Amino acid sequence: MNNPQLNKNGELQHLLTTEGLPVRILRNILDKATEFVNVAEGREIRKVPLLHGKSVFNIFFENSTRTRTTFEIAAKRLSADVVNLNIGSSSTSKGETLLDTVDNLCAMHADMFIVRHSSSGAAHLIAQHVAPEIHVINAGDGRHAHPTQALLDMFTIRHYKKEFHNLRVAIVGDVLHSRVARSQIHALTTLGVPEVRVVAPKTLLPTQVEKLGVQVYHDMAQGLKDVDVVMMLRLQNERMQGGLLPSAQEYFKYYGLTQERLAQAKSDAIVMHPGPMNRGVEIDSSVADGMQSVILPQVTFGIAVRMAVMSILAGAK
Amino acid sequence: MNIHIKNGRLIDPLNNIDANQDVYIVDKRIAGIGVAPQSFVAEQVIDANGLIVMPGLVDVAARLREPGYEYKATLESEMDAAMAGGVTSLSCPPDTDPPLDEPGLVEMLKHRARSLNQARVFPVGALTYGLKGSDLTEMVELTEAGCKAFSQADAMLTDTRVLMRAMQYAATFGYRVWLRPQDAFLAKDGVAHDGEVSTRLGLPAIPVIAETIALATMLQLARETGVKLHVCRISSADGVEMVRVAKRQGLAVTCDVSMNHVHLSEMDIGFFDANCHLMPPLRSQRDKAALRTGLLDGTIDAICSNHSPVDEDAKQLPFAEAEAGATGMELLLPLVLKWAEQEGVPLLDALKRITINPAQLLGVKMGHLSAGSHADVCIFDPSVTWKVESSALKSQGKNTPFNGHVMQGRVRHTIVEGHIAFSGISL
Repeated sequence: MNNPQLNKNGELQHLLTTEGLPVRILRNILDKATEFVNVAEGREIRKVPLLHGKSVFNIFFENSTRTRTTFEIAAKRLSADVVNLNIGSSSTSKGETLLDTVDNLCAMHADMFIVRHSSSGAAHLIAQHVAPEIHVINAGDGRHAHPTQALLDMFTIRHYKKEFHNLRVAIVGDVLHSRVARSQIHALTTLGVPEVRVVAPKTLLPTQVEKLGVQVYHDMAQGLKDVDVVMMLRLQNERMQGGLLPSAQEYFKYYGLTQERLAQAKSDAIVMHPGPMNRGVEIDSSVADGMQSVILPQVTFGIAVRMAVMSILAGAK
Repeated sequence: MNIHIKNGRLIDPLNNIDANQDVYIVDKRIAGIGVAPQSFVAEQVIDANGLIVMPGLVDVAARLREPGYEYKATLESEMDAAMAGGVTSLSCPPDTDPPLDEPGLVEMLKHRARSLNQARVFPVGALTYGLKGSDLTEMVELTEAGCKAFSQADAMLTDTRVLMRAMQYAATFGYRVWLRPQDAFLAKDGVAHDGEVSTRLGLPAIPVIAETIALATMLQLARETGVKLHVCRISSADGVEMVRVAKRQGLAVTCDVSMNHVHLSEMDIGFFDANCHLMPPLRSQRDKAALRTGLLDGTIDAICSNHSPVDEDAKQLPFAEAEAGATGMELLLPLVLKWAEQEGVPLLDALKRITINPAQLLGVKMGHLSAGSHADVCIFDPSVTWKVESSALKSQGKNTPFNGHVMQGRVRHTIVEGHIAFSGISL
């Protein structure tokens, strides 16, 4: 099967998922992001001209202030012109299809699309549709993928743990509905993490999740035992409907990350969360704000990683 | 018209004929096989040298989209597709708009189809009004109007008491009930098989137990009510095994599979190919293998196209939002030939599944070429290879997961009721 993300020279043409990306491309993104962290922190001027004259369109069919803002900041630091479109679900109900919207934006000479959509595969569909000089970055499609989130997570892990090949990582929570978890799993296994665990009740795990290369745990204490990294997932409130979970309280009791549970992990384990957090549902405030939490640095690194992705895409021939 | 089909290889599964024999048609009927009837004078001669002459195909599931969905397809376009595919008899599910729940609608559809003088249309009536699953339709009236069976199409009947009564009522008159097994709750919002691919792509899933739980209910109710149950579009290994056991126990149950499921699995979805968004969903490779075994051992009686033309815009959407379905009638014969070749099944045996077996499921006298029978004939060239180009298909629905695939075998002539309704270009 052709990898729709790579061009004929094997370079990154679109970033749609972390699945199937060669390790050299993942490492290249992380290395490039390191340069941008230095740009952000070391110099007075926080702007580089790599995307000067390029138009980046943030098209969000699903609301997200946080992710959209980090992409916007990243694009502006690369000197791009940024257009934000919150399309929501209303425009499609007016009769315009997803690809009609995209065609219209192409006619406005977009160079890059940052796409978020509630349906799995939306970014792939757009990438197949646009002209070859246009790049698509998936900012989250349904339950499928959220590659820049996973890459900033990898950046954070590398920042604190230096290497991947000696780590034990636990991903905790609603894996079934999580595009973040899927992208994290592919990135971690590609980068050589020998042990990736998922920890969740059976209702929140997809069928045959072990085929993604993870070990399945239903017990928090066992799942967190001796891990180096704890990656928490957000629990959406609507999971309490449809018989997936009885209540947020009961979920917190068995799967919430507390100091006591975190003590099962290695003493230098780091705690991550893609945000926005539900304090008291999946994570206790004392952990979220605690010594082992790297949740705020994740956000900072997110900008550098998104700058790296955009500049690499813009450089593809 | 008097037609002499000469020099062809005749394959007629019902009569167990696979031999070079001429076929003689007088007026609307087969008048002779091998030997010309007395004082026969041909008005038209078809030289079938190198070609295979077989009964016209019988397709038990072809959506024509009329009434109500003319933007997806029309009777005209889909009848052309049927003719190009050698399909001379077809049954259409009742999921039109409005559904086929009134005798007048059925009569109108039959009348429209007859006036086109192409494939014979045998409608499947709605089992419940509006396919809503609560009130029974007038099955006797619908049968008199031309319905050959009763079905819920893809609308699931969740109320088991209504289902039991519908079966009891149908059994009273010896009517056939055709049901696709799928538990509505377990399948809710699902768009792909619950397995490796849906997990990887993050697609809402339909587990195999959605099929087997519904199937278990149907089989038990069929046993209880004595209705003639036909299981539509079986998709899983476990489902096939349940039908196999039920048949072995002597239950009057029959079963069909769509050609898509004989050749494709969830793996073909690749990166969200909406052409592979089908209902029931494409399942695992293990399921596909079991469906093929079920075809070989007779558990599955017929192969259908499950022809479901969809308009282009409805497929140009993210996988889950895209409408399920694919066009199929023009590919039914070559895909059955491909299956037969892959499995080493002689044509005489293989072609049963698209001729006499589906005709018997419908209870119609088609699907064979006996002297005196309806002159519905398909003549195809088994040696020609061709590449599927969806834009070149006659069907208004252009979406097929087989676009770009190479097929072997193509229809050259289709004869319905003694007239040549289609002649393809010789390649």
